[in-house]
Amino acid sequence: MLRSTLSALAIAGVLAAGGFGLYAYHGALPAITAAERPQFAPEVIEQGRILASAGYCATCHTAAGGAPFAGNYPIVTAFGTIYASNITPDPKTGIGSWSPEAFRRAMHEGVDAKGRHLFPAFPFDHFTKMTDADVDAIYAYIMTSVAPVEEETKAPGLPFPLNQRILQAGWKLLFVDFGRYVPDETRSEDWNRGAYLAQGVAHCGACHTPRNPVGAEIKSEAYAGATIDSWTAPALTAANPSGVPWTAADFTAYLKTGAGVYHGVAAGPMGPVVHAGLRELPDADLAAIGVYLGAETGGETGAPETAPALTASIAAGQPDPAYRLDQGARLYASACASCHYNASPASVSAARPDLGINSATRLDDPSNLIHVILDGVAANEGAGGTVMPAFRGALSDDEIAAIAAYLRADRAGLAPWPELAAKVAALRATVTTH
Amino acid sequence: MIEFKINGRAVSLDIDPETPLMWAIRDDIGLTGTKYGCGIGLCGACTVHVGGRPTRSCITPVKDVIGAEITTIEGLSPTGEHPVQKVWRDLQVPQCGYCQSGQIMTAAALIKDIPEPTDADIDAVMTGNVCRCMTYNRIRDAVRTAAAAMKEEATNG
Repeated sequence: MLRSTLSALAIAGVLAAGGFGLYAYHGALPAITAAERPQFAPEVIEQGRILASAGYCATCHTAAGGAPFAGNYPIVTAFGTIYASNITPDPKTGIGSWSPEAFRRAMHEGVDAKGRHLFPAFPFDHFTKMTDADVDAIYAYIMTSVAPVEEETKAPGLPFPLNQRILQAGWKLLFVDFGRYVPDETRSEDWNRGAYLAQGVAHCGACHTPRNPVGAEIKSEAYAGATIDSWTAPALTAANPSGVPWTAADFTAYLKTGAGVYHGVAAGPMGPVVHAGLRELPDADLAAIGVYLGAETGGETGAPETAPALTASIAAGQPDPAYRLDQGARLYASACASCHYNASPASVSAARPDLGINSATRLDDPSNLIHVILDGVAANEGAGGTVMPAFRGALSDDEIAAIAAYLRADRAGLAPWPELAAKVAALRATVTTH
Repeated sequence: MIEFKINGRAVSLDIDPETPLMWAIRDDIGLTGTKYGCGIGLCGACTVHVGGRPTRSCITPVKDVIGAEITTIEGLSPTGEHPVQKVWRDLQVPQCGYCQSGQIMTAAALIKDIPEPTDADIDAVMTGNVCRCMTYNRIRDAVRTAAAAMKEEATNG
């Protein structure tokens, strides 16, 4: 009896291993030459350019100071640093010898042309939702419009056994739902279009959804907010802490301009997502993403200028002799109020934001606020064309902590952040790639 | 190369990207109306407009303004006839004058954002512009008068 049970287990084990092997194994797809690539209509190439922007591919596939799409941008993960691939059409070091089928397999299944599993820093778990036509359009754009660059992609800095790509197959089996986007018939056409774009090419969840200990998005906590490169990607749900709840129209305007009048600006890792990315989408698509995300946050179009958080913050920001007693209020008056003071809700604008209602002030973690005070916002981030100066060299850790504490307590009326000065010191020492 | 527009003119500078914008404006472009005060963004003497917004140029790294449009005191009005500048002369606001280009740049933006500022509004916004000669009462008068003049101008079309 024991022997037969063991035999059965052994057979089951062999079958399972064999099944896994079959699941995990992907053959190489034949290489093609540039001349063998299909011809693409100009409108397909343009569609591909827009989609490559909406996926902000160049942001991760371009190293600082490097040629666009030539790879080697370091992606720091909890498991080690890996380097984005060269996806220029260079046949030797890029993807120039890939057929459309090979490109589609990479986007939809996370397997490269040689049959190797790609690491999930490449968000194929999102791109798998994209239609063949959209994936082919990106292929068309890359092959026709991106300059080929010969640059070898650096080897991933992962320890054994994490560097064994075969293990990625198990990760995929456990965590990825492969397949194209399936519309939700109970929702509107706009919502579905927005969901298709946000879940697919724009891969919002890659930063805004928390990940489990092995780096997979936790599906039951979609858009609950997460940490990325020492910044906070805020929740895109009703739990978003913004003083004025986000509406569909707010998301649309933010993704087009980089600034939400009542919410904050696209800075840090979010800067290029808007400015090198989503803003290229046609207005109808940005409106659709707004409808989809607006349904997640549940913000209702109303009169934001009467929001209690806003009126309270502005009232607390009026000049008051009490500020002489508080270091944070004093520093705020001389360093910040010139641009951030508002007489009433009427003067609040993307260019003169109120900081009491800003997401950065209201998040559980002060990192975003501290980052922006330390390093400012460049003209190619935020509202675009304007800047916030960098106080890194002007204010000490204690002074920045005092300003943050003032905003948090006096303007937002929220519980104090612990260990603020230490947090400022830590972030000051952090070298970010943004 | 760092490229941006200043007072409508395109400039291209081969300098360290971390250079504070103020020094690029003064030393590399040669516009000396923008003044060095405290160097830590707390006195306002270095204020210029970036994309129309008042900005402390002494703590803004020049790399952050790539592609932006900058206006300095020299470019606020080609003839020096911006309503704030006129009032500044009429009321003889400055004493030593060192802070005035920053004061004027901040005031011009203030009136654009808050067209009818109260004294409290003026205090709140202008607190970041320090005047060592203590001409604050005249500065406040000037902002009020310029705001009224600009409102008149807007009404008369």
